[in-house]
Amino acid sequence: MSIIDFLRDTFALADVEMSKLRRDPAELLTRAIQPALWLLIFGQVFGRVKAIPTGSLDYLTFMVPGILAQSVLFIAIFYGISVIWERDLGILQKLLVSPAPRTALVLGKALSAGVRGLAQGVIIYALALMLRIHLDFSPLHVVGVIGFIVLGSALFSTFSLAVACLVKTRERFMGIGQVLTMPLFFASNAIYPISLMPGWVRAIARVNPLSYQVDALRALMVHAGQSVFGVGVDAAVLLLIFTGLVLLTARLYPNVVT
Amino acid sequence: MADDSALQESAPAVQTTGLTRRFASITAVDNLDISVAPGLIFGLLGPNGAGKTTTIKMLTTMLAPSDGKAWVAGFDVSKNPVQVRRAIGYVSQMLSADGALTGYENLLLFARIYGIPWRERKARIYDALAFMGLTDAGQVLVRNYSGGMVRRLEIAQSMMHRPRVLFLDEPTLGLDPVARRAVWEHLGELRNRFGVTLLMTTHDMEEADHLCAQIAIMHRGRVAAIGSPASLKAQVGPKATLEDVFVHFAGGPLDDGGGYRESARVRRTARRLG
Repeated sequence: MSIIDFLRDTFALADVEMSKLRRDPAELLTRAIQPALWLLIFGQVFGRVKAIPTGSLDYLTFMVPGILAQSVLFIAIFYGISVIWERDLGILQKLLVSPAPRTALVLGKALSAGVRGLAQGVIIYALALMLRIHLDFSPLHVVGVIGFIVLGSALFSTFSLAVACLVKTRERFMGIGQVLTMPLFFASNAIYPISLMPGWVRAIARVNPLSYQVDALRALMVHAGQSVFGVGVDAAVLLLIFTGLVLLTARLYPNVVT
Repeated sequence: MADDSALQESAPAVQTTGLTRRFASITAVDNLDISVAPGLIFGLLGPNGAGKTTTIKMLTTMLAPSDGKAWVAGFDVSKNPVQVRRAIGYVSQMLSADGALTGYENLLLFARIYGIPWRERKARIYDALAFMGLTDAGQVLVRNYSGGMVRRLEIAQSMMHRPRVLFLDEPTLGLDPVARRAVWEHLGELRNRFGVTLLMTTHDMEEADHLCAQIAIMHRGRVAAIGSPASLKAQVGPKATLEDVFVHFAGGPLDDGGGYRESARVRRTARRLG
């Protein structure tokens, strides 16, 4: 199979998801509620208390990229349930007996999750402007933000697909999804710097992909934002984990129907 | 089996030797030997848990055999799964067309992933819709289709890339008699027009009698009897129906076949163990 065929299959699957989203965009609006609560209530209160040292950035500005990454994570981590639905409807079986490579099936899903994540980006930018956060709109940085939103969303949705392939039932999957989201969020630099964490939490945060996504978003999204790890390192870490997850999930994918 | 294309054309459309699938201590398919000639409509009959769906899963490369060999369109399902997938179509037991898409969009997805050139796609899709009597419904969301229309759309979807073997898992399950007869007519036309081999599972004796040139009755993972409907009936008695044949070889009437607990256990075990 040529790379063109591979990309054709990947985009065909992502395109289907996009068609569905265009037809029924209501879900995107309901997903705006949670990040709005975090920014408008939690962020405003902790910004006034000034209990968390965030360097040159005020707390709300520090928090905005973290909440963007969090809202992307919270959607992507439950994306795997779609594969269980598709199995129960017989859609997945038809895809698995087609000549499309398993990797293209997984990448197609990841890509569509990535594009869904962009909708969260638009919502957070709008909320941030309302809160008078000083955002960085230089074209290169905006492109960078788009890239990291898509990459983070694709990564966590692929992780979610892998979990779905292992647990195989909606009930187990929802339980595991709920168990995973909060530790991933709190053991990251989304709402406080890693330097404030006790040693054992810091160790988890350093292997948590969400920390690298937030780190890059903080450097690219807000004015005077700085990266701790380096944006190049963030991209490399996320790409490496994403590639590994895609390969793993492509192997696990047929398990869902057995 | 040779990979030579001429040999593949003349080889059985489907052949299995000692095909076996085990889930832990349960043997879902046990030493299955069948051979299906090209262009034939072949029926797999059996009670729930007899191993029909597991057999189709192995032949369509969804599930690896535990033992034995199988060839589809001349390709070894274990060694050449991608070639097998290019040569087959599949209609699942569930009504699996995507309700959130139109009929046209459902077909377009599969036209793309089967690599039908973009210049031909539109014409091929409209041909398929027309062949299945769905021209007027092409731009309607599938969630508004009747069960019979969804099933016809799925058959159109499975045939767009002109497969040599079409697998149908209970193709008329849950359809009303009118829709069921419409599906039968279309399946017969498909075979006549494209020379495709059809391998289908069914619980419906009338369907098997009406459509299938050859039937294998499976019981507890094994082939209990194989032959044409007429020859099987003759084996049982002068006035035997296909249902009598089924009861004779599968050991019980259809409604008792397999049993809920047994099939539920097999499925649970299969899912748990992968």
